[in-house]
Amino acid sequence: MSLKSKSISSKSSLNEDERLKKISPLRVLLNRPELGALGGSILVFIFFGIVAGDTGMFGAYGMLNFLDVSANLGIIAIAAAMLMIGGEFDLSIGSMIGFAGICIAIPAIYWGWPLWMSIVFAFAMAVLVGYFNGIMVVKTGLPSFIVTLAMLFILRGLTLAITRLITGRTQVPGLRVLIEDDPLAWLFATDTFKWLFTWLGSLKLIELRTDGTPLATGIPPSVIWFIALTLFATWILMKTRYGNWIFASGGDKVGATNVGVPVGRVKISLFIGTAVASTIFACIQVLDAGSADTMRGTLKELEAIAAAVVGGCLLTGGYGSAIGAAFGAIIFGTVSMGIFYTDVDTDWFKVFLGAMMLIAVVFNNYIRKKVTESK
Amino acid sequence: MSDYLVQFNNISKFFGKVIALKDVTMRLKKGEIMCLLGDNGAGKSTLIKTLAGVHKPDEGEIIFEDNKIVFDSPKDALDIGIGTVYQDLALVPLMSVTRNFFMGREPQKGIPFLKTFDVEKANKIAADRMGQIGIDVRDPSQAVGTMSGGERQCLAISRAIYFGAKVLVLDEPTSALGVHQASMVLKYIVKAASEGLAVILITHNVHHAYPVGNSFTVLNRGKSMGTFQKKDISREKLLSMMAGGEELDKLEVELQEMDRIHNKN
Repeated sequence: MSLKSKSISSKSSLNEDERLKKISPLRVLLNRPELGALGGSILVFIFFGIVAGDTGMFGAYGMLNFLDVSANLGIIAIAAAMLMIGGEFDLSIGSMIGFAGICIAIPAIYWGWPLWMSIVFAFAMAVLVGYFNGIMVVKTGLPSFIVTLAMLFILRGLTLAITRLITGRTQVPGLRVLIEDDPLAWLFATDTFKWLFTWLGSLKLIELRTDGTPLATGIPPSVIWFIALTLFATWILMKTRYGNWIFASGGDKVGATNVGVPVGRVKISLFIGTAVASTIFACIQVLDAGSADTMRGTLKELEAIAAAVVGGCLLTGGYGSAIGAAFGAIIFGTVSMGIFYTDVDTDWFKVFLGAMMLIAVVFNNYIRKKVTESK
Repeated sequence: MSDYLVQFNNISKFFGKVIALKDVTMRLKKGEIMCLLGDNGAGKSTLIKTLAGVHKPDEGEIIFEDNKIVFDSPKDALDIGIGTVYQDLALVPLMSVTRNFFMGREPQKGIPFLKTFDVEKANKIAADRMGQIGIDVRDPSQAVGTMSGGERQCLAISRAIYFGAKVLVLDEPTSALGVHQASMVLKYIVKAASEGLAVILITHNVHHAYPVGNSFTVLNRGKSMGTFQKKDISREKLLSMMAGGEELDKLEVELQEMDRIHNKN
């Protein structure tokens, strides 16, 4: 009898569970990992809109400026976020940027390689470095923090030693002349939508130089890469089997292995991803500056991780989003550029960066508790 | 063709000098629930891992549907249809019901190289499957972390069945659950068996095992104390066989002795 009544009551609960509160759309939104970063971005824009609205910050030139900085950081932050969701860290991102820079510059300038070949070479080296990081972490079971910290020193040291050995200096200039007519370099060095800016300029809708040409000439390549990578990473995470494996590998390595997820392969591929993203970053910056610097990318790994964390990635893995990391990068890029337009001393930027990250971690921790809370 | 779906005949497993299992025999028919009972250290875990293909038995044979089988890896066991649900369930709390259900075996759609995870189909199957056991996942994209322990257990079992388990090996499915949750899981196990699966239910809780089991195998210090049909053995007899019996008798004697001394003073 009691069994019967139970089965009836459980059947009625199929339609309506009286203990279940209605979930408001706001709550659903609150459970998204990128919410914090989205809100933060809006706050940052409102803040600078008020304190720097009458400066050039929100003109076409000013906006492209802070978007460029955001985009550069975003390219590596997205890769770092995916790796963090997969449960690992990469502290060698910054050093990989410097290393990739000289991998492009030295063959092109000193060995006479065509630029495209040096770029391909740099990407090949990135795959190697990423593979090495990954295989070390997967095979030894050591924390990726330690393995990639070692790589941070090794790569930076190699960059410095090799550059000085071959060139006797720490900078390799002279790349700019090689960009023209190169079949590959334009991917990292071309401003796009120039016609749009010319047209807007002719209508006098954006700031002009004294000679009548627009101050902002086109969308920098970093922004295009940034948008493309954000969409690509989001597609992978949300819409592919591999994306599910990334979440599973970071969420519970043992459980994922038990149900047949190739955790090792997933992690190795994510390490390759961060190294390749660092190389994209390096290509854009080196071709823009026309020179490689052995110190390029210093501390970028920490900024990338900070942006990923602000974007909702958990340090323990298994949770986060690429869009979140993109907004995290936009927050940092906007503040680091926007601070020039205010009366605030730029020394305060780091204070802001730290405080922002701390708030984000506390917030994320709270969200995670909410998500995993048993009813 | 024998009556049995799966037979584990005279299985022995040694780790160096340690005899973890000695001559353990278990035979299961379709639709049968066999409870494997034993105290901590009786060899239950070793036996499960042998069934699941993690360990190779040093002696004995495994016969599945009249064919002798040797497992080289857990995947082999899975492929022929021995689905094992371990205590940790292999569920990720931060991931959604659907993403957990299809973890490692996601349905795909689309053209080669651009295949996408068919989330709609996966959501539908997951919600259907959970609905069948009376768990209404209002939203299959909700995190598994929000589910109760019993619901998680049912999800893990349901997943094993969906992916083709004919023999279900359940490791302590009720040990961490309250009374209500445990009965939910047990009910589901009975339902699965009634649909033709053979179930090996590993537990040290006779009170959970006795109502649902058809037969009982008791392990003690690596040896089988025999397999008993339900009609041949009482709950009390089972309990006392699980090593606990002897020791509880001894404890009673000791307590009486203490009482006697106490009264004397």
